[in-house]
Amino acid sequence: MSLWEAASPMSETAPRVGLFVTCLVDLFRPSIGFAAVKLLAAAGCTVAVPRAQTCCGQPAYNTGDRHDTRTLAAQVIAVFEGFDYVVAPSGSCAAMIREHYPALLADSPELAARAEALAAKTFELVSFLTDVRGMTGVEAAFEGSAAYHDACSGLRELGIHDQPRRLLATVRGLRLEELPDADVCCGFGGTFCVKYPEISDTMVTDKVERVEQAGVGTLLAGDLGCLMNMAGKLQRRGSKIQVRHVAEVLAGMTDEPAIGAGAEDGTKDRAEGGRG
Amino acid sequence: MDSSPRAFKANARAAVKDPQLKRALAHVKVGFIGKRAKAVARLPEFDALRDAARDIKVHTLDHLDLYLERYEERVTAQGGQVHWCPSAADARAAVLDICRRVGAKTVTKGKSMISEEIDLNQHLEANGITPVETDLGEYIVQLRGERPSHIIAPAVHLTKDLIEADFRAQHSHLPPERSLEEPRELVEEARGILRERFLAADVGITGANFLVAETGSSIIVTNEGNGDLTQALPRVHIVIASLEKVVPTLEDATTLLRVLARSATGQEFSTYTTVSTGPRRARDLDGPEEYHVILLDNGRSEMLAGQFRDALRCIRCGACMNHCPVYHAIGGHAYGWVYPGPIGAVLTPGLIGIEEAGDLPNASTFCGRCEAVCPVRIPLPKMMRHWREREFERHLTPRAVRAGLGLWAFLASRPELYHRVTGLAARLLAALAGRKGRLRSLPLAGGWTGVRDLPAPQGRTFHALWAARNRRAGT
Repeated sequence: MSLWEAASPMSETAPRVGLFVTCLVDLFRPSIGFAAVKLLAAAGCTVAVPRAQTCCGQPAYNTGDRHDTRTLAAQVIAVFEGFDYVVAPSGSCAAMIREHYPALLADSPELAARAEALAAKTFELVSFLTDVRGMTGVEAAFEGSAAYHDACSGLRELGIHDQPRRLLATVRGLRLEELPDADVCCGFGGTFCVKYPEISDTMVTDKVERVEQAGVGTLLAGDLGCLMNMAGKLQRRGSKIQVRHVAEVLAGMTDEPAIGAGAEDGTKDRAEGGRG
Repeated sequence: MDSSPRAFKANARAAVKDPQLKRALAHVKVGFIGKRAKAVARLPEFDALRDAARDIKVHTLDHLDLYLERYEERVTAQGGQVHWCPSAADARAAVLDICRRVGAKTVTKGKSMISEEIDLNQHLEANGITPVETDLGEYIVQLRGERPSHIIAPAVHLTKDLIEADFRAQHSHLPPERSLEEPRELVEEARGILRERFLAADVGITGANFLVAETGSSIIVTNEGNGDLTQALPRVHIVIASLEKVVPTLEDATTLLRVLARSATGQEFSTYTTVSTGPRRARDLDGPEEYHVILLDNGRSEMLAGQFRDALRCIRCGACMNHCPVYHAIGGHAYGWVYPGPIGAVLTPGLIGIEEAGDLPNASTFCGRCEAVCPVRIPLPKMMRHWREREFERHLTPRAVRAGLGLWAFLASRPELYHRVTGLAARLLAALAGRKGRLRSLPLAGGWTGVRDLPAPQGRTFHALWAARNRRAGT
């Protein structure tokens, strides 16, 4: 089935989902967005991707710039409030809308109630598939071993822990290993990783050492920022471990080279060539 | 390492390169976290207890004036004296006055972070009085001329080898061939030396984990018993505490004690929990002749009035720093002031000013582990964000960051323009990376590429690809 067909209405009663692509997926890795579209369609949803979206506002919010954050939050609310659900392939962007917009806009007579309403129907992708749509398995295959890292916002703000593991367990050929300290931050933290590069480096080094010790071929997580941080560090160390968003594996869309891997790195089972 | 939060970045850079510190900090990661987790697992009602603990602190802070006045009444009724000290200087002066009046030459001290906050040891030494730290960790950092690097484990930045070397250098009157291999032997040696100091001290100074309004008591918890000797043997006992330590009743204190030890060390209760109420009474077998309480404000009233009030719930268990990956990377000294870790990142700007401590609330990924383990549920990431908001409002945020953010916000609020710019950026970065799929360096992105590769964009943005597919599908 083509991607466009995947995004078509399954029936008259299919819930209308607005895909919040996230700025990082849009710019760096659109294949995650298409994997999300495919999974949402498989869960019986009609997917639309409003073009008037950009970013949820976290860079401004976490720098203390409430004014710009409110401007962007108002934009997101206006663009997405007409959908039955809003789904993002990111725990941190979903948590921004779900957990932080209501507090941020609580004193706005015009936006407070709308922020609450949007928050109530906004979900991280895997949580939406399992907790809302009741998905218990996927039709996908992936040969090899993988470990799942719990990105902080998804884990601690949205309670996402078992859901991705349950779905990954149904991927044919995939051996899922538990990563020691999977719940410890990778050191990304948005602008933190460039404001305090030495601290971030220490944290991501600890993280990828754990990944290397786990002896898996692939590292998975649900947030592209964290994934880029860990992939970039693994590659700087010359590691061949492949890094992917969990949605790519769940959608069976792993033909694209892994994050930060080039054409010359080969695909997951042929990790040869290049500097690594 | 510079002892100022202004030097945070330089301190952190030095700390991450220190192999000895790295070895020492590895114990924090494993020891404290595992012990707390086990203690929590053994108590099914732990989360309900945290709620109760939070509620007690919230209630007390809402009526702090009332409980402080009641506390003073009870202390006075039992023959003690409360000294209200608005500033650190007032607190130092009050302690020195008492020491001078009773002709004190040596002062023994139980563990107290307030003592660090008011620089008490330096002040006493400058005035000819010898302070002797009696908590083992505090004793070690005092020997080394350092400050505590952790609020409950002052010497956690040190390995046993270093401590052994310090003991051999400083305790030169003891036989050089003695064995100090075992931690037990280090403890015994310190105990032997401290015993004489306990007997010689004129004044004993302790902190307080809690002040109890209903009884006028102060409560300390220790695992070494040093606090008891510090407060019971000398003629004068001085309690130094900040005003948010007060709780309404003994019952409230016991609820807090149940979450304190579990959160701190994974113990159900600390080895010694000592309640002291006033000076020695006629029928008492021992105890001090004088009982003083130095009650320190030092900026807390102002925090109480604003959006940082919840930080005053803190019961100083240390769980937030024990679970903080930033603390694990850099240790406590890098923070440059008394309170390290997440609670320090919130308290320090409140107590000494955000212009002095601007980096501290920024040096967090908001991973949320601190809030997840806090026994009184302080929303630490939210409060760090509030400090960042203050910095942004007051133009303390670095100019380059502000400018970059301004440009980004301008684009992000204009979706069509934004899509054109990101479309270009995606193509450009992908072209620069070529077949490698990543960049080893990139102008203006040194913060990223200095330590890790930058995965390159796939080439076109999602929105560009989505629009193209929709066109092909004829919609």
